[in-house]
Amino acid sequence: MFDDSNIIAGLEIGTSKICIVVGEQNADGALNIIGLGQSRSRGVRKGEVINPEQVEEDLRTAIFEAEQMADVEIRSVYLGVSGGHIRGFNNRGVHPVVSADREISQDDVDDVVKNAKAINLPAENTVIHAVRQHFFVDGQAGITQPVGMLGARLEVDMHVIHGHANRLQNVVRLVRATSLEVDDVVFNGIATALALLTNEQKELGALVIDIGGGTTEFVVYADGVIRHSGALAVGGDHVSNDLAYGLKVPLSRAEKLKLEYGTAIPSEAAKGQTLSITNELGLELKRINVGHLQRIMALRLEELFQLIAQDLEQAGLTDYLRAGVFICGGGSRVPGLVQLAENVFQMNVTLGQASAVSGLTTALEQPEFATAIGLVKYGSLKNRRRAASTTLMGGLKGVFNRMLPRN
Amino acid sequence: MNLENQNPLLETSETSGKPTVRIIAVGNAGDALLSGLAAHDFAGAEFVAINTDAVALADTTAKVKIHLENKLFRGLGSGGDPDRTKAMAEEQFSTLKSACAGANVVFILAGLGGGAGSGISPVLAKAAHEAGALVLAFVTLPFECEGNRREAQAQVALESLKTAADGVICLPSQKTFKLIDENSTLVETFRVTGGFLIEGVRGVWSLLTRSGLIQVHFSDLCALIRDRHAENAFAFVEASGPGRAREVTEKILNHPLLDEGRALAESDAVLVSLTAGKDLTMAEINRVMEQVKRQCVHAQIIMGAAADGALKEKLCVTIIAAKQNVVPPSVAPRADHRSPATMVSAQREPALSRTRKRGAVAKAVQGQLPLSIVSKGRFDKSEPTLHRGEDLDIPTFIRRGVALN
Repeated sequence: MFDDSNIIAGLEIGTSKICIVVGEQNADGALNIIGLGQSRSRGVRKGEVINPEQVEEDLRTAIFEAEQMADVEIRSVYLGVSGGHIRGFNNRGVHPVVSADREISQDDVDDVVKNAKAINLPAENTVIHAVRQHFFVDGQAGITQPVGMLGARLEVDMHVIHGHANRLQNVVRLVRATSLEVDDVVFNGIATALALLTNEQKELGALVIDIGGGTTEFVVYADGVIRHSGALAVGGDHVSNDLAYGLKVPLSRAEKLKLEYGTAIPSEAAKGQTLSITNELGLELKRINVGHLQRIMALRLEELFQLIAQDLEQAGLTDYLRAGVFICGGGSRVPGLVQLAENVFQMNVTLGQASAVSGLTTALEQPEFATAIGLVKYGSLKNRRRAASTTLMGGLKGVFNRMLPRN
Repeated sequence: MNLENQNPLLETSETSGKPTVRIIAVGNAGDALLSGLAAHDFAGAEFVAINTDAVALADTTAKVKIHLENKLFRGLGSGGDPDRTKAMAEEQFSTLKSACAGANVVFILAGLGGGAGSGISPVLAKAAHEAGALVLAFVTLPFECEGNRREAQAQVALESLKTAADGVICLPSQKTFKLIDENSTLVETFRVTGGFLIEGVRGVWSLLTRSGLIQVHFSDLCALIRDRHAENAFAFVEASGPGRAREVTEKILNHPLLDEGRALAESDAVLVSLTAGKDLTMAEINRVMEQVKRQCVHAQIIMGAAADGALKEKLCVTIIAAKQNVVPPSVAPRADHRSPATMVSAQREPALSRTRKRGAVAKAVQGQLPLSIVSKGRFDKSEPTLHRGEDLDIPTFIRRGVALN
């Protein structure tokens, strides 16, 4: 295991495609993307598996491609999950400091974190992430490390992301069936935010929106911590479906029209303009109004942003987003989307690009790969933390690593 | 009808200076609770059992038994219909009232959801109230698996009980699932669920009757719950050994029935009763009360402490947190599973879900009029994406009524 522990793979099983990104972490912890594999995904709807056999087949194709490109064997992956069943909320844990001298110990911190994690979930749900935000000591806010402080009441805010246990387990089982190990299950939104945002942007406050094929995930960072997250089971597929319904064309044709003529903001020029659909022999089948096409699409995308904006407003986070909004995912390729998002959110909107990793520029530049790259980054951070936290083990491992020849 | 049995009962009630407590069990669940109670020491309490089922009634240990009868039932029970039993109880209102006469406090024990408990309890509460007693109802709500009908009946009964009784201490049985080992048997499960209620009864009981170091007067209890028509959360914890004060505090703050202490923060009146062996120290009381006080900033706190030689090393704390029945409108629609449902909101849910459902139904009817069926194309067979009552799978331009052309 020692020899390939520096290879980290991130796997995202999306609604429109499955993609794997392979990264290599050098001794300093820096990350280099060395390979990627992708394949069309056929067995997934709205981010959730509906046909395991097809998914497995597609998954093998993607793995093969990634292994070929990176010239390594992938043994384990960080698996990204999504779906409309995933929800995030903030929970506060309280713990009275009862020791005689009122000094807060590590035990107190462990207890308060435990209290914050003990939440009332529906029985079928399971926690995916519980991210620590800030501590409060006797009501004093914004404390990051309370051990050693004096106080009577210790509180902590946690951001808890949870989802339907069986649906999450389905994906994990699927991946295991291809003889890959799953290192960890990560919410796609968190992975994407990790790939796109710098520490400074997290500190300033940012909203990351990942518009995928079947789902849209969003995550809000403010003051350096995750403040809000969520997933909507609405994505590019919905746009195609709306077009198919509204223009009365088959779904595959709607998909093509979306890519060719789609825009997030209807143009004046397109109003009343028509185009004809022809069959393979060049005969005209149907005339389509481009103005309608653009309006149907714009309405759907606008609604999507509005739903997210509403959610943020309710959470009271709109004023915290000083770094603005970052959009990625396949949906972000729609022309005019930035303009539309700026209209809805009334703030600075940028198309996100994976940062702070080096390697294949083709992968880094594409908005579709942000999540998978984020998963690799998540893995590398976790490795680094593990190495730092268990110094003894780390030391031993270092010794072993030096003793064992590396290939 | 055993009216003649009640006369000796009435005479004994005025003898001591302590409040007369009458514990009235309603229905089969109530009878079961009553036999659970009988295992404990309730010297001076008077037990009454009311049921429609003659066989079950015969089995109870209560001194006074009232059999509500109707020719239709042939003494076999109510057939799970609360409307019938309610009508019957109202018919015999005077009987119920005289059963409560002379008592200062009436505890009603019942399991809501069935026929007898749901139908009779509210009427009985009203009768007891009219007889001049303070009415405290201890009720259980059915398990989710018992079905929607029972659930709905229980909620209706709970609402009417809340308006009729001075205080309702309610235990949703589903909540106790978390406290019970998965492998425990059915009998054990019922014993544990009933045990919680019995502990509550015992806690209030000992508050009222045991001579304490710091006495809680009957009037204090009245002041706390009288006319509040409140929903109450309660917990009973105990610990022993040198660190018992600390342990008890932690148990209170983590108690699932208090929603890990959140119920305390939301309450506006809290009653704390501590009982321990003769070695109870002021420092221990102080330590527990300090944390409780910190938890409930807005609440009026009533505390009592009593020493009981029988408890030896143990320290027992009973907490009853009452919350006024007002729902801030802004909170209401958010009480879905996203926010951890508190015990109080778990009780409130029926009203909410009813309103929510009404909204949803209205929408659904609009979208599914037979003349305008909207095909969802690709998403026809998948689970609908519902967001605030809207099906997001239906094209936006249709939902917004944007006309093309």
